[in-house]
Amino acid sequence: MEKELRLMKGNEAIAEAAIRAGTDAYFGYPITPQSEVLEYLTAEKPHERTGMVVLQAESEVAAINMVYGGAGCGKKVMTSSSSPGVSLKQEGISYIAGAELPCLIVNVVRGGPGLGTIQPAQSDYFQATKGGGHGDYRLIVLAPSSVQEMADFVELAFDLAFKYRNPAMILSDGAIGQMMEKVWLKPQKERKKELPAWATTGKTPDRERNIITSLDLDSYKQEQFNIKLQEKYREIQEKEVRFETFQCDDAEYLLVAYGTSARVSQKAIQLAREEGIKAGLLRPITLFPFPSTEISEMANRIKGILSVEMSAGQMVEDVRLSVNGRVPVEHFGRMGGIIPTPEEVVENLKTKIIGE
Amino acid sequence: MADNISVKDIIKPENLVHKRSSVMTDNIMHYCPGCGHGTTHQILAEVIEEMGIQQETIGITPVGCSVLMYNYLDIDMQEAAHGRAPALATAIKRLLPEKYVFTYQGDGDLAAIGTAETIHSCNRGENILIIFINNGIYGMTGGQMAPTTLEGMKSSTTPYGRDVKLMGNPLKITDIVATLPGTYYVTRQSVHKPGNVRKTKKAIRKAFEYQKHNKGTCFIEVVSNCPSGWKMTPVESNKWMEENMFPFYPLGDFKVPEE
Repeated sequence: MEKELRLMKGNEAIAEAAIRAGTDAYFGYPITPQSEVLEYLTAEKPHERTGMVVLQAESEVAAINMVYGGAGCGKKVMTSSSSPGVSLKQEGISYIAGAELPCLIVNVVRGGPGLGTIQPAQSDYFQATKGGGHGDYRLIVLAPSSVQEMADFVELAFDLAFKYRNPAMILSDGAIGQMMEKVWLKPQKERKKELPAWATTGKTPDRERNIITSLDLDSYKQEQFNIKLQEKYREIQEKEVRFETFQCDDAEYLLVAYGTSARVSQKAIQLAREEGIKAGLLRPITLFPFPSTEISEMANRIKGILSVEMSAGQMVEDVRLSVNGRVPVEHFGRMGGIIPTPEEVVENLKTKIIGE
Repeated sequence: MADNISVKDIIKPENLVHKRSSVMTDNIMHYCPGCGHGTTHQILAEVIEEMGIQQETIGITPVGCSVLMYNYLDIDMQEAAHGRAPALATAIKRLLPEKYVFTYQGDGDLAAIGTAETIHSCNRGENILIIFINNGIYGMTGGQMAPTTLEGMKSSTTPYGRDVKLMGNPLKITDIVATLPGTYYVTRQSVHKPGNVRKTKKAIRKAFEYQKHNKGTCFIEVVSNCPSGWKMTPVESNKWMEENMFPFYPLGDFKVPEE
């Protein structure tokens, strides 16, 4: 299958990109606003196209544990869900991180807490970037802001997950998942035949048995393992930060926003500049690792930062930590499934940062 | 017999009647004296050895006393979160269909926290073997009530005995599993006497043979004892099991394929 231009929903783009990336298996459970991923995959019969396994599990809990089993065999395995479903997966994600298994988890975020709403939100930032489940662990978190990035980040997430033997997450939102845009799809990749040496594929006489576990009852060893994990996260922080800037060269004020909020903020910058306000945008593409160094450097030449998020203010904490009090950092956001307007963003930039 | 055979003769290879399976590791087992886990591990290893499928077998250990089973069997294994072993097994078998996949789970793991995974993997007819050790108690966490704890039975969370009005009835999950169209072979056995050990071993062998031919889920319950949790000697616990567990959980086949 060749490179192809299609008009697709973000959720469909993820599904098609997963098939084309040579994903071995997808395990999911329906939840709005991401059900199209599972629907697209079942309709597309990827088993006939590439041999990819697709299974609707009995719960989000079962789905993430199927991911654990498949990932433990060294396969490229993924799941997707939306906020309440991703909460259910947290135990499994912690085990996957603890067993150092590579996999992809997609969260098409909706408003919470609880059953919340089915409209888009960005209120799962803490859960995605700070751990979410129990124990000291991190996910590699990618934040797409277009349907194109929904497609592109599937392969990127798998590459990073396998490079570091760590679960990766695509943290999207209901708007990116549901909206249609044109998307360039990559040619079909073959499913990889060689499995990693650590995978449970059946013990052969030439090696010791492989054990996939996150258990070590010896406290000293468990601490050593945790130290090793932290070293891995530091390496990821050093090497894998991804971000994009927009009109930052002459900016006096900085907006920091990801995903849907970044699209709104880009328009807000255009409006602000029409009023003579020199604003720029830094869009983190990786939320873990967070572009702290880049924001810190930016803080040397700007007057203030507004973190724009569809939440009560979560990423703003990381922006503040990066800046460490050198310039004012404030948050603006809407909640409950409401997407802020560019006008609101400019208004809040003026009142909260510029002081008008 | 012991009168006319000396110790010297007993240890001669030609007089060997029982040996440790080559699929077992050298690690010292952590199980309590008299516990059925060791015997069940041994016969499982023997079947894997006799069928020559060590390279093709992937096992999943639960959370419970047998959590460290991967220390004793010399095969590739994955350690699952509490109750989730059948979900892992589902994915492993679907991704590596030519392999033999089994889960090994206790009653709390399989019949309480993992009920959904148990029922649905059996209902989908996943081509896996589920070995279910039922000793009516949470052994590893210190003898708390399990879903299979008998009425009136004492545990650390039913110190006055299980009151079914308050705590519900003991769950006969094997009976439920047998009604599902996805299961192919469902049986309940024990390992407390040589005859029973042989029967259970035969059941495990059959289950792996069925798996080779993609027949569906095979489910083997092993009613077992927990001398430490039941606060009995091994001998007392076996007697108690026969007198109390077997009447409620009678041994025998639930679902046997017509051959």
